[in-house]
Amino acid sequence: MIQMNNVVKKYPNGVVAANGISVDIKQGEFVYVVGPSGAGKSTFIKLMYREEKPTSGDVIIAGTNLSTLKNRQVPFLRRQLGVVFQDFKLLPRLNVYENVAFALEVIEEHPKMIRKRVMEVLELVGLKHKVRMFPSELSGGEQQRISIARSIVNMPKVVIADEPTGNLDPETSWEIMNIFEEINTRGTTIVMATHNREIVNTIRKRVIAIEGGMIVRDVFGGDYGYEG
Amino acid sequence: MRGRTIQRHFRESLKSLTRNGWMTFASISAVTVTLLLVGVFTIIMMNLNKVADDIENDVEIKVLIEIIDDKEKAKAAEDTLISDIKKISGVEEVVYSSKEQELDLLIEDFGDDLSLFEQSNPLRNVLYVKAKEPQQTAKVAEKIEKLDNTYQVVYGEGKVEKLFSFLNTSRNVGLVLILGLLFTAIFLISNTIRITIIARKEEIEIMKLVGATNSFVRIPFVIEGMWLGILGSIIPMVVVSVVYYNVYNIVQPRLQGELLQLVDLTPLLYQVNVLILVLGMFIGIWGSFMSVRRFLKI
Ligand SMILES: Nc1ncnc2c1ncn2[C@@H]1O[C@H](COP(=O)(O)OP(=O)(O)O)[C@@H](O)[C@H]1O
Ligand SMILES: [Mg+2]
Repeated sequence: MIQMNNVVKKYPNGVVAANGISVDIKQGEFVYVVGPSGAGKSTFIKLMYREEKPTSGDVIIAGTNLSTLKNRQVPFLRRQLGVVFQDFKLLPRLNVYENVAFALEVIEEHPKMIRKRVMEVLELVGLKHKVRMFPSELSGGEQQRISIARSIVNMPKVVIADEPTGNLDPETSWEIMNIFEEINTRGTTIVMATHNREIVNTIRKRVIAIEGGMIVRDVFGGDYGYEG
Repeated sequence: MRGRTIQRHFRESLKSLTRNGWMTFASISAVTVTLLLVGVFTIIMMNLNKVADDIENDVEIKVLIEIIDDKEKAKAAEDTLISDIKKISGVEEVVYSSKEQELDLLIEDFGDDLSLFEQSNPLRNVLYVKAKEPQQTAKVAEKIEKLDNTYQVVYGEGKVEKLFSFLNTSRNVGLVLILGLLFTAIFLISNTIRITIIARKEEIEIMKLVGATNSFVRIPFVIEGMWLGILGSIIPMVVVSVVYYNVYNIVQPRLQGELLQLVDLTPLLYQVNVLILVLGMFIGIWGSFMSVRRFLKI
């Protein structure tokens, strides 16, 4: 599903945020990406949805090599991925329903299909009863659930999340993790960068640890691995 | 692109028009001023052109007669020529002027210095021909040229050169002025669109994240630019039409039978209105293109 071969990413300012990363993530896997801050986790994530291009090496998503992907083909890559962020990235002027529907409207999905899919995913994240509310009227956890709903509304094969629980209290974080697990059991591949030791140590999954732009550990069912 | 999508783009473009109110107003005003000038200028130029044309045509034809030494034969040839010219349709009158009369005219104009030519007059006998309609002058002249014993046929000399050079100067000044205004208007529109783009930064980011195509992101901004252009062309179209309509109706009746005539209302007003509208849309679309290219890095 996701393959990286010897990927190097050097930013224009000279920082090497990925220094020879090779990895293979299969369809249906759940992968944590851990590491100290500045290690290159976000860069690793950004390389997958082609927010950043590798300086060298190949990134292959669902058979598509992103190194040779033309700019105008990027939108079609993005439609196969769902992306979730720490800061939710919801549109404040749109209500819950509109925020989720937005992802389908801009890819010109049929209106009937939009209604059906939006209600389905809102049900999945447990916010069907709040469709008319605006982001400002919701808690952080609820906002993150909407952003997850938006990321999966077009049925992507992969959901990529960059510290999705970073802004949430522990209890809410568990609720969010339950949703990700649910999505994963339905067959969607999940790649999640996280700082949350408790979660990684409790919900055991594959753990990829990055330091200084290199993968230093890659263990199935591993623990968070950083003390103190 | 689906109909639904086009609808969405139009909706979005209208939304942001109302959202950044005073920038919208400033751009529309700039387009309005520009197009108003374009309209007025075009109408004035069209009328001046017509005046120049009319003057050029409303002139006598001067026919220089071939010199024949034998006096009898010369007289006969001149008579034939006069009667032949009179037979040409569209000729109103033919006036004969001998070379002595011609010299007197020259002396009147340029002074006694020329009187020494009275001994051996280098001029020719001349016929002055006037056409019934100014527009026929050129045609009549052409026909006269084909007749026997004409040495040279000239008309319209020197009378319109001054007008033409005035016309040229004012055209150039006008074009420079309009070009300057055109760029100001385009600049203001591209600024308005830039503000729209900045105001929608988050929205654009999310659109790109969920896989909207580049054209899907861009089109609403281009449509917004087009609106600015169209809205800016309304006042110029109305003002130019109403003003010229009234000027025409007041002035034209007083020019009955005169040489100077205004350009008719139709098709002039249609042409000028189309010009204003097309130019407005062009300014708007171009202005927003510049912004979209520069500030929408997609
Ligand atoms: N756009 C960028 N331009 C320059 N340097 C960057 C950019 N993004 C990240 N970096 C640098 O790359 C390194 C890795 O950053 P990042 O991938 O965000 O790490 P993490 O998400 O693990 O904290 C850091 O040193 C960071 O300063
Ligand atoms: Mg990060």
